[in-house]
Amino acid sequence: MRLSVQTEAFDLGAETNAFAAGTSAGAVVTFTGIVRDNGGTLSAMQIEHYPGMTEKAIAAIMDQAAARWGLTDALVIHRHGTLRAGDPIMMVATAAPHRAAAFAAAEFLMDYLKSRAPFWKKEIGADGASWVAAKDADEDALKRW
Amino acid sequence: MIDVLYFAWVRERVGLPRERLDSTAPTVRALIAELVMREDRYALAFSDLTSLRVALDQNLSDFDAPLTGVREVAFFPPMTGG
Repeated sequence: MRLSVQTEAFDLGAETNAFAAGTSAGAVVTFTGIVRDNGGTLSAMQIEHYPGMTEKAIAAIMDQAAARWGLTDALVIHRHGTLRAGDPIMMVATAAPHRAAAFAAAEFLMDYLKSRAPFWKKEIGADGASWVAAKDADEDALKRW
Repeated sequence: MIDVLYFAWVRERVGLPRERLDSTAPTVRALIAELVMREDRYALAFSDLTSLRVALDQNLSDFDAPLTGVREVAFFPPMTGG
C-alpha cells in the first residue's frame, strides 16, 4: 500500500499503470477528484492540511479498507497547496480478487477521506475567497459503512 | 506546556497557526474557556463549538476529553478532503 500527501501534480495514467502492473489480484478500481470550475468563477483552490495527522488518518482508513475487503493493494495520493480548475486533486486505487470488493473499498476510502482526513479547501473566486463548508451529506455518507 | 494548532478559518480568526501555552486546563473545554478570556480573536474563533472539531495528539477527540498527558491540541472546522 502506498500513501502520498504532496503539492506536486501526479500523472493519473502513469500511477494507474504502475499500480495495475504491480498486482495480479483480478480487479483494480481507480477514482480521481478534479478541481471544479464552479461555472467558470473559480480562479484557484487552496488546500491546507495537518501534516502528521493527515498521514496517520489516511493510513488508518486504508488499513480498515484493506482488512474489510481483503484488498491486495491500495493507493491514495492527495495534493495540497494551490490548485486550478481542472487540476487533479487526489486519487485512490484499490486492488482485490473481485470487482465488488474493489469498488466498495474505493467508495469507502473516498467517503472517509472527505470527512476524516484533515484537509480544508478554500475557493478563490472573482468575488473573494471562502472556505468550503463540509456538507451534512458527507457525514451521512459514513453511516452506510 | 501544550502546543495548540489552528487550521483553516480558525487559524485566520486566531491570527496564527500554532502557539505554545502554559496551561493547566483539565479538559479541552476548559482550555477553550481560558483562550476565550484572553482576547476577542479567540472569542470570535470559538464562538460556535458545533462548527469546530478538535484533535488531541493527532487523533480526533471531543471537547470534554481530558488533556492529561496531551502534548498537541488542534482546532479546525469540519474536514473537506477528497
